[in-house]
This record gives sequence, structure tokens and C-alpha cells, in this order.
Amino acid sequence: MDAGLALSTVIAAMLGGAIRVTTPFLFVALGEMLTERSGRINLGLEGTLVLGAMTAYAFSYATGSPWIGVLAAGCFGFLMGTLHASICRLPGVNDIAVGIALMLFGTGVAFFFGKPYIQPTAPRLPSISLGGWTGDPRFEQALQINPLFLIGIALAIFLAWALKNTRMGLVLRVTGDSEAAARALGHPVMLIRLLATAVGGFFAGVGGAFLSLYYPGSWNEGLSSGQGLMAVALVIFARWDPIRCLYAALLFGAAGALGPALQSIGVTQGYYFFNAAPYILTLFLMIGSAGSKKALRDAPGELSLTR
Amino acid sequence: MAIPIAALLVSALLFSVFLLALGKSPAQFFQLIWLGGFGTGFSWSNTLLRAAPVMLTALAVAIPARLGLTMIGGEGALVLGGFAAAAVAIPLIGGGAPLVMHLLMFAGALAVGAAWVGLAGALRQFRGVNETISTLLLSYIAIAIMNFFVEGALRDPADPNKPSTKALESAEMIGKLPGIDVHWGLVFAIVACIAVYILMFRTTFGFACKIAGGNARAALAQGLPVGRLVIVATLIAGACAGMAGYFEVAAVHGKANASLATGYGFTGILVAFLARQHPLAIVPVAILFGGIAAAGGIIQRRMGLPDATVLLLQGLTFVVLLASETFYGRLAIFNPKARTERT
Repeated sequence: MDAGLALSTVIAAMLGGAIRVTTPFLFVALGEMLTERSGRINLGLEGTLVLGAMTAYAFSYATGSPWIGVLAAGCFGFLMGTLHASICRLPGVNDIAVGIALMLFGTGVAFFFGKPYIQPTAPRLPSISLGGWTGDPRFEQALQINPLFLIGIALAIFLAWALKNTRMGLVLRVTGDSEAAARALGHPVMLIRLLATAVGGFFAGVGGAFLSLYYPGSWNEGLSSGQGLMAVALVIFARWDPIRCLYAALLFGAAGALGPALQSIGVTQGYYFFNAAPYILTLFLMIGSAGSKKALRDAPGELSLTR
Repeated sequence: MAIPIAALLVSALLFSVFLLALGKSPAQFFQLIWLGGFGTGFSWSNTLLRAAPVMLTALAVAIPARLGLTMIGGEGALVLGGFAAAAVAIPLIGGGAPLVMHLLMFAGALAVGAAWVGLAGALRQFRGVNETISTLLLSYIAIAIMNFFVEGALRDPADPNKPSTKALESAEMIGKLPGIDVHWGLVFAIVACIAVYILMFRTTFGFACKIAGGNARAALAQGLPVGRLVIVATLIAGACAGMAGYFEVAAVHGKANASLATGYGFTGILVAFLARQHPLAIVPVAILFGGIAAAGGIIQRRMGLPDATVLLLQGLTFVVLLASETFYGRLAIFNPKARTERT
């Protein structure tokens, strides 16, 4: 294989991989962004992601419709978010610790009920072919795009608009920046946080559905390996902005696609290193963004994460 | 004391309701936990075998917690510490100097574990990186590093089974305690719990840590070296988890491979929280959860429940426990001293 061909194969594989890998990151990040904008952090989205993946697969298998699976995953994510918010609203409870607990709990529930679904094959989500114009089968393959990816992009744009331009967006931002101000204005702080966390959980659940119903496209216990957690770090890097969440998710997607892309041209050396690339990237991004003045300026004032 | 026990009972009750809803018998479930975890000498040794590493990974959570840090990287420090021990041992296996080898393995495991959690402490202190997320990320990286070497440069070609480093000869492994089928790691773990208790509750260092954890600014105003306290405490925390890794390699597996990452680090988080981050309380709580884990197999076989049952029970307990934290200082009947302790 000559160098030019190998390079374009890697680029095609990385492009396709990035588009595939990005989607769960994007959904979890948008959900976490919404929650953190209300002044709370939900570290449990990793558990929500796994639970979403399992329920989506189970419902898709039982009903024959992957979209019902996606919806079910979202609903279970919503429940997990509600649980997180309901516990966190009790005085004296630490939201980060509750997140850790829900991470274990969500994973436990998913593994417990997911056992019977490891073997059977559930109907998967369809994909839209957008690569016909390239005339190159490798790029055609790469541009097989899942509708959820497009929905995710639309959602990011919508959230950016809604946060800036709607009354609900304003109320959410006030709650996240100053609980006292929100109370003084007569807004029900706990209810707003509950909704923000629950809807955030819904998005994370949908992200999980993508994992089991599209890529990798089956349910097993090793399905999610920290994507939910990385998405939390990604939100800090994106400085709580939906559009920047999208860019950051694409970056993470590309990093996650690096290992498999190199494998596709036969580079298997350092397979585990490239698998670790997203974690290492996340860590470096956190080191880079944590101390920055910009991040501190953009952080919601009530967030315990950056204090 | 009363509130965590109440939380345990509530989660047992909720889990019973859950089992009833599945048409399983809660009575049988708890009976099997008793049988599989504590009923016989065999089950006790099985329990203590699992409790020992959990005590150490729980310490890795409890020590930083004293400084107000939520660090959950015990799994990574255990895996990497165990891997370091196995890697150090490779040239010395069968060399006829087991004592030297074990000392080097022990030192290697502690140093690497300490460095791993200490890194997160330094990032927290000097760069403001959230320590909860960084420790969990470092755990994933640790497992990837181990896999990288175990499946590559350090793989023992003579091992036909799953990729591992070169195994210790069975005569070179750490022996059992007299009279019970448990290795010396248990003694080290309990001693570590006592030592950490003395360090964190009975020395000026521990007191300084408590002040820094309560209010870092006030501590700085008092002239306490907060940065150094954070670094030293996280180094000790990591060394504890690294020690767990050493014993897993030196006494249980004899080599480093994927079975090092079995979730002892995550059970340790729950144990530390249930023990209210108190080093001495960690010992009984770790034994309790060691017992539940030890009973996992028999529950799976006798009741036809999946192996994730234990994980689910742990997760449920954790959630209930955290919800129960709201009662501190509010229910005077449960804990009359709570009001004064909080201030």
C-alpha cells in the first residue's frame, strides 16, 4: 500500500469514525451542559449512558423499532436525572458524590437487566447516505450518517439559541449564576434544576441509545468506557457553550477514531495507547482549561466544580 | 454511626422489595449472603481475601476526603501498582532472592500508586483541575497502560492463557496467614487502617489536613502549607491503593493481567463513604462488602440472578447512603452529638 493511499484511507476512516464516535459525546455533553448551566454537576451521566444503551437495545429488540428504543433510553435517562436532582435537593448532600453513586447504580441496573440481551440481535438505527458525490467507496462508507448525529447538531444550535434568546434560557442562566438572585426573582430554583438535570439525563440516555443501536451497535458490558465522564470534562473545555460543545465533541470523536483508523491500514502497534488517546486528551484539555481565566469567567457561578 | 446503619437497612429493604417484584425470595438472598460470606471458614477466608484490597482502596478515598477532596482513583492506582510490582519482579523471578524481589516489588507498587494519585493531587492544587474527574480518567489511563505492556513488550510468551506478565514461581508467592486461608495482605491492610487513623486523627499533620479540608483559606492564613499537605496526603492515599495492587500480584495472581481491574477500587469508594471516611470504620465495612462480593457466586448459582446483582446492590446502597447524609445534624434522636460535631 503506498503512502498516499494509506493516508487517504486513514483520513476517510477517521472522518467516518469521528462522525460515529462524536454522537454519544455530543448528546452527553449537551445534557451535562444544560445541567451545569443550572448550577449543578451530574457526574452520573456515565451510568445514564450505560443504562440508556441497555434500555434502547432491549426496547428495540422487544418492539422491533429502534426509534422506540431511543425514546425509551431517553425516558430512563430522564428518570435517572430526576433521581439525581431529587437527592441533590436535600440539604447537606453533595452533588458530585451523588453522581459517583448514580454512576455505579446506573451501571448496576444496566448490567443486571441487560444479561439476556447480550446474545440476541436487535434492529439497529438506519443511516443516511451522504457520500455518493465523492465517488470513492471509502468516503461513501465514511459518510453513512446516522440521523441522531444530525439531530444532535440541530439540538446544539437550538440550545445555543434558546439559552440566549428565550425566557426559559434566561431563567436557567440566572439559576446557575446566582441562586440568591433567582430566588429573589421568585423562580423555583429546585424545580428548574430538577428539569435541567432530568432533560440532561434524557439527552445522555439518547447518547447511550446511539452506542447500542448504531455504533458499535450491540449491547455488551464493555460498551461505554468513560465516554460519559469524558463528556463532563468536555463541557468544561467547551466553557458551557452548546456550539463549542459540538466542536469539542468532534475533536473527541476524532481522537477516539484514531486507533481504529490506524488499525484499518494495518498499524496495530500501540493499539492500547491509541485507545487511551481520548482519556489522555481529556486530561490535557482539563489541565489546559481548568486554570484559564476565560473558563472561570464563563463558568456558572453556582457550580461547585470550578471553585 | 446510626445513620449509615439505617441507610444499610433501608437499602436492604428496598432490595428485598426489588427481589420480591422479580419473584425471588429476599430471605433466601440474605441467607445466601450469610452462607457465602460469613457462614463457614471457607467463606470467611473468601470474604477476607476480598476485604483486604478494598480496605486499602477505601483508604485511598478516605485520606483525601479528610482534606475535602473527592478522589476516586483507587482502581487506577491499584492496577498500576500491581503492574509495577509484576514488572519489577520479571528479571528477578527464580533468582533465589525472594526477599529482595518482594521488597523491590513492594517499593515499586507503593511508589507508582503514590505517584498516580499524587499526580491528581498536584493537578488539583497547582492547576485547579477537578480531582474527581481527573482521578477517574487516570484510572482508565492506568488500565490502558497496563494492557499496553501486558499485551506487548512485557507479555510472557510462555503463558498460553490470557496475556500476562511472567508469573512468580509458586514458592515465591506471599504465603498465607497461620490458621486461615488468607494472605498477609489482610494484616497489612488492617495495620494501614490503624496507621492512617493515628496519622489523620492523632497527629499535627492530620489536624492540619482537617483544617485545610474545612477551610483552605483559613488554613493558609494560619500559615499551614496547604499545597504540601494535599500532595503528601494524596501520595499516601495512592501508596495505599498501590499496596493493594502489590498483594493482588504477590499473593493472589502472581502476575499482572486484566484480572487486576476487578472493581476493588470502586467498591472502595462505597466502603469509604459508608465508613464516613473514618479509617477504623473502614475495616468492618470492607469485611461486610467483601462478604457480599464473596457470596456473589453462590447467589448466581442458587437463585439464577446475574452476576451484576452485587453491583446493583452496591449502587443502591450508595444512592440511599448519600440521600441519608441530609439527616446529619437534623435528627437529634439519631445522633445527639451531630449538631456540635458539624460546627
